[in-house]
Amino acid sequence: MNLIVKIVDPLKAFLLEVGELSYFTGNFFKEVFKPPYEFKEFLRQCYYIGNRSLLLVGVTGFIIGLVFTLQSRPTLEEFGAASWIPSMVSVSIIREIGPIITALICAGRIGSGIGAELGSMRVTEQIDAMEVSGTNPFKYLVVTRILATTFMLPILIFFGDAIAIYGSYLVESLKADVSFVLYSNQVINILEFSDVLPATFKSFFFGFAIGLVGCFKGYNCKKGTAGVGQAANAAVVYTSMLLFIIDFVAVFVTNIFYDL
Amino acid sequence: MSTDNTIKPIIEIKDLHKSYGTNHVLDGFHLNLMEGENLVVMGKSGSGKSVMIKCLIGLEQIDSGSILIMGKNMNAISREDLDEIRTEVGFLFQGSALYDSMSVRENLEFPLRRHTKKFGVIEDTTPLVLEALRNVGLENTINLMPNELSGGMKRRVALARTLILQPKIILYDEPTTGLDPITSKEIILLMKTIQEKYKTSSIIITHDIDCARVIANRMILLIDGINYAEGSYTELAATKDPKIQAFFK
Repeated sequence: MNLIVKIVDPLKAFLLEVGELSYFTGNFFKEVFKPPYEFKEFLRQCYYIGNRSLLLVGVTGFIIGLVFTLQSRPTLEEFGAASWIPSMVSVSIIREIGPIITALICAGRIGSGIGAELGSMRVTEQIDAMEVSGTNPFKYLVVTRILATTFMLPILIFFGDAIAIYGSYLVESLKADVSFVLYSNQVINILEFSDVLPATFKSFFFGFAIGLVGCFKGYNCKKGTAGVGQAANAAVVYTSMLLFIIDFVAVFVTNIFYDL
Repeated sequence: MSTDNTIKPIIEIKDLHKSYGTNHVLDGFHLNLMEGENLVVMGKSGSGKSVMIKCLIGLEQIDSGSILIMGKNMNAISREDLDEIRTEVGFLFQGSALYDSMSVRENLEFPLRRHTKKFGVIEDTTPLVLEALRNVGLENTINLMPNELSGGMKRRVALARTLILQPKIILYDEPTTGLDPITSKEIILLMKTIQEKYKTSSIIITHDIDCARVIANRMILLIDGINYAEGSYTELAATKDPKIQAFFK
C-alpha cells in the first residue's frame, strides 16, 4: 500500500504540473495575438535578455571552441587528419554543441532570473498591484518575456557559435599557422542547409522553453522567500530537462527528413 | 455618517462565502459602503479581512454570494469591464507593492499610460505625477527607486500611485502595519486628508485601533467569518461584549 502511495503521489503531482504548464502555454497563445501589444516592454526584455547574456555566452563559446580544438587535435594528428579540424569543429558546434550549451547557459542565466524576478513580484504583491490597476499582468510580464527569449536565443546561439569557431581558429593558428581566410573557408564550405536550418529552428524552441518554464515557475510562485528560491531553482532544473527533450525530438525529426 | 436606506451603496457585498479546503474563512459576510464613507473592517490576524478585500476587487474567486461595485455585479463581468471598474477602485497594499524595477515616476506613470480610455493619451505626465506626489508630501522622490525609500515613504508613494487614477473608492489593506507609531499617525492623517479633498469612499482593513478611532465613520468587526458587530467607534467601544472589548484594550 505504502509503495503504491509512494509511486502514485509523485506521479499525480507530476501530471498536475504538466496540466498546469499546458494551461499556461494555452494562455500564452491566447494572449499573444490579442491587442494591446506590449511592444515597448518586449523590446526592453530583448535588451535585458540579449545584451546582458552576451558576455557569458561569448566567454563560454570561446572556451568551448578553444578546448574542443585543443583536446581533439592530438588524436586527429595521430591519424593524419588534423586538416579536418575546422570542418569537424564547424559541424559539431553549429549542429549540436553551440545550441545546446548556449541554451543551457541561458537556462541558468535567463530562466532562473525570470523565475526569481516574477516570483518576487508575486510574493511582494506587485503582480496583484498590476492586476488591480487594470493591467493584464500575464500579457505585460509573461507574454513579453517568452517572446523575448524565443527571439533572442537564436541570436545568442549564432553569436556563441561564431565566438566558439573563432576560439578554435586561435588554437589552429598557433599550432598549425593556418590563416583566418583558409580556416573560415573550411568552416563555411563544409556546412549545408541541413546543418544550419534544423539548428536554427530548434534554437527558437529552446528560447521558448526557457521563457515559458521561467515565467510559469515565477508567476505561480508559492508565498514566502523560500518560494522565490524554489521558483528560480525549479526553472533551471525543468528547463534543462526540457532542453534535452527538445534536442532529442529535433534530432529525431531531422533524421526522419534525411531518410526521406 | 448617515446610512440612509434611500441612498444606493457604492459597494454591496451579500452573503459572501470563501473557503480554503476545510477552512471557512468567510461564512456569509455582508457589507454596504455608502458614498463618501470611511468604513473600517477590523478583525484578528487570519480572520479573513484581506481575503474579503481581495475577493472584492477580483483578486480571489468567491465560492458564493454577490459583490456589486457601483451597481456592477463582479461575478458576471467581462475582463474589459473589470479593468474599467478597477480604474475607479484604488487599492493600497499592505507591503506597498511598488514595482521595484521602476523609479517612483515610472511607478506613477504606469497606470496612467494604460488607461487612455479614462484620461486620453497624455503627452506629458509630469504635472500629474508631481501633483500626486505633492498630495503625499514626496515630490522630491520622483527620480528615486523604491529600494531608496523608507517603509513610510513607500506607503506614501503607493498611495500616490493609487490616487493618480482619481478613484472613487480606495481600499486600504492594513495601511499602518509595519510602520512606527509616528509614521502610522502620519499615514492615518494623510488618508483622512485625501478623503476630505477627493471625497472618496474607503474600506480600511486594519487591526490598528488608533487608525479606526481617527478615520472610521462606521466599523465592522469580522469574527469567525461573519459580521460579528457593526456600528460607530463610540458605539462599539461602549459595548460590554468581551470579544469586542478585546479590540479596544
